[in-house]
Amino acid sequence: MASAESPALQVQFDTEAQQKDASTLGMWIFLITEVMFFGGMFTAYTVYRRAYSDAFAAASASLNVTIGAINTAVLLVSSFTMVMAVRAAQLGQRRAIVLFLVLALIFGGIFLGVKAYEWNEKFEQHHVPGPSFHLDGVTQQGHAQLFFSLYFAMTGLHAAHMVIGVGLIAWLIWLARKGTFTAEYNTPVDMVGLYWHFVDIIWIFLFPLLYLIDRHLPR
Amino acid sequence: MTEHVDSIRTYTLVLLALLALTAATTLVAFVDLGAFSVVAALAIAVCKMLLVALFFMHVRHSTKLTKLVVLGGLLWLVILLMLTLSDFTTRGWLGVPGR
Amino acid sequence: MNTAAIHEREDYLNVSHGLKSWLLTKDHKRIGLLYLATITLFFFLGGLFATIIRIELLTPGGGLVSSETYNKLFTMHGVTMIFFFLIPSIPAVLGNFFLPMMIGARDLAFPRINLLSWYLLVIGGLFALFAMLAGGVDTGWTFYTPYSTTYSNTWVIATALGIFVAGFSSILTGLNFIVTVHRMRAPGMTWFRMPLFVWAHYATALIQVLGTPVLAVTIVLVFCERVFHIGIFDPALGGDPVLFQHLFWFYSHPAVYIMILPAMGVVSELVSTFSRKAIFGYRVVAFSSVAIAVLGFLVWGHHMFVSGQSVFAGMAFSFLSYFVAIPSAIKVFNWTATLYKGSISYETPMLYAFGFIGLFTIGGLTGLFVAALGIDVHVTDTYFVVAHFHYIMVGGAIMAYLGGLHYWWPKMTGRMYPEAWAKLSALVIFLGFNLTFFPQFILGYLGMPRRYHTYPEEFQVLHVLSTAGASVLAVGYAIPMIYFAWSLRHGKMAGANPWGATGLEWKTASPPPLHNFDQMPVVTHDAYDYSTVVGEAVEVG
Repeated sequence: MASAESPALQVQFDTEAQQKDASTLGMWIFLITEVMFFGGMFTAYTVYRRAYSDAFAAASASLNVTIGAINTAVLLVSSFTMVMAVRAAQLGQRRAIVLFLVLALIFGGIFLGVKAYEWNEKFEQHHVPGPSFHLDGVTQQGHAQLFFSLYFAMTGLHAAHMVIGVGLIAWLIWLARKGTFTAEYNTPVDMVGLYWHFVDIIWIFLFPLLYLIDRHLPR
Repeated sequence: MTEHVDSIRTYTLVLLALLALTAATTLVAFVDLGAFSVVAALAIAVCKMLLVALFFMHVRHSTKLTKLVVLGGLLWLVILLMLTLSDFTTRGWLGVPGR
Repeated sequence: MNTAAIHEREDYLNVSHGLKSWLLTKDHKRIGLLYLATITLFFFLGGLFATIIRIELLTPGGGLVSSETYNKLFTMHGVTMIFFFLIPSIPAVLGNFFLPMMIGARDLAFPRINLLSWYLLVIGGLFALFAMLAGGVDTGWTFYTPYSTTYSNTWVIATALGIFVAGFSSILTGLNFIVTVHRMRAPGMTWFRMPLFVWAHYATALIQVLGTPVLAVTIVLVFCERVFHIGIFDPALGGDPVLFQHLFWFYSHPAVYIMILPAMGVVSELVSTFSRKAIFGYRVVAFSSVAIAVLGFLVWGHHMFVSGQSVFAGMAFSFLSYFVAIPSAIKVFNWTATLYKGSISYETPMLYAFGFIGLFTIGGLTGLFVAALGIDVHVTDTYFVVAHFHYIMVGGAIMAYLGGLHYWWPKMTGRMYPEAWAKLSALVIFLGFNLTFFPQFILGYLGMPRRYHTYPEEFQVLHVLSTAGASVLAVGYAIPMIYFAWSLRHGKMAGANPWGATGLEWKTASPPPLHNFDQMPVVTHDAYDYSTVVGEAVEVG
């Protein structure tokens, strides 16, 4: 039952440990649903890359590898600051929690900003699928367009998840500043952390699959 | 459930490993490995995923159930990929026109 | 003794009043009833479409509706019945209400997410309803590309959006059930003491969580294709329509197990209670539920035998499809074995259970016919397939749903339904069902295609029989609606355990208190231990 010492305990649970256990399991199951959700797009990508390897390689080469790699690093650092925030929460260090969450937010924001820049570049180069699409040096424009359709769909879906993540981190910052999180109660930080790391893992796969197709070929 | 608090050193080492692997996958992409390029890229990505999952997501300290859930999810993704590809990779195998 | 105001015992229904107490409830029992009301409305909507279809099919030349309208009718019938009635039905109504009680919990793990699940179904349903009212959708519930993405001029996106939202309702319900079963069992309630109803819902939840997200992303891709013409399913740009089918059926085949596994869970409870005997081979039945869930993910290509899929893959999927029939058959054997030397009584729930066993067996066996690649080439897209899945979904799932509704009605409402009327409507439903759908096996075998509203004269007799059956079936479904409503005011008051059943839900009052049990139970017996209910009378209305 809810009491003065454990105000966060909900009525259906017997102990805080059970509640935290349930929340963690619930979040992991949700992440599995996300694996399958992104999985559909990864399947489409795999089918078409196999079928149109040349067009995909040419299209991939038009992406800026340096920016992509740096952005990957940015997101990894954001993940690092996120797990440091979780660690601070486990130790009940209020100021550190806020600091690391803010850093995670900033790096996440940088990632999104760079992504927006990249998308804008694609738009200017007429690499956005649609009537004005054109990729130089490729006979099968349709196949190249498919690459970019998947590029925008997958990075777009990923970015949407990041935006939600940024919102969640902002909410955590607000709660953390109020002193909500202690060594005994820090489940929300843990849960958002799991979500944020998952979004990072998606990008860990998107980067090589989209940016690094047959880069050894001369262009 | 006792909370295992990892050290700052652990997390920093993992981050450095992740950054190194990112550099590695980028550089390896420019080397001609033929068909092995994809394998290398995916292998490195899987390593990075494992580092993030085991250390940042605390899977190495988690319950057996959590580990089972993670494995189950990955297995189901593999089922989706493999069985779908089982169609596209075997077209023309049996000499039936068009299939 | 103080004889002033006799207090009505407090239960989950009277503990609070007013619309807000229902629309903002966190009580899994009330949420179950909210679902009951919602899916009943959708059932009647889907039934309305079916009625028009069957009237149209009375004559070979059609004439009641145009071809375009007919396409919309069968599409909307399928969409409504599958996504807004069958998929939620047993889990969202009976599962929500009884899963926590059966394991001795006060509620599900995440009550607010449970309420969100209901709202998502309603919102999704409203999107789909809007599409239907605004002009309908004509792609078939299967939304095959490139027709749905490029050529159809109907409300594809609105409908798809509705299904997308409803899909998340299903995912969250599954997530909730899995966590609840793992983490909320009462002391002593080990995995192998849980009722088989719980095992069935756990297996179902696995499918909901692993399969539905793929449907969701497929809908996103259809949306992108239709709006942005990304080319992913468009052959002109190199897209492959068969890829859509793979992604679609990856969910939609396991979806049929979402619809049947909970029904099997209900049947296990009914057969046990009304034979007054433990289910034969409890562990085997439990493992079979999980086996069906797992194997069900490996067979989806049997919907694509004639799609252009590689013949090699077709053979692989056909081979694998035979394996998924095995655990289903095991369950039928085990229910039958339970009956042997049981003390059988023939109350309405048991009539529905018998109906299920017979009709599901026919549906399941005909599934083996269509699983055979060689046969399916001839009967695919004919009425044979239509009959096959209606035997399972209507003869199976809906019968089990009605059986469960009757069985647990006294627990949910504190009232008994009228037994004589209930037996009558069960019989009417059984007869009406068979008259509707058995002729369709013959029609399909003779070559009548599905989704056609005109046909050669020689098929008319069978169609007329089918339509006649449908009108009988409609009457059969209408009668329980009336007497269930009647029973709320006038039904005989029910005690805690009118059936003399085992299970924790029968050890608390009818209707149950808000937190299910006055004292949290400690479990010391196996699931179907009738020695624990010695002496509890069986009350029949």
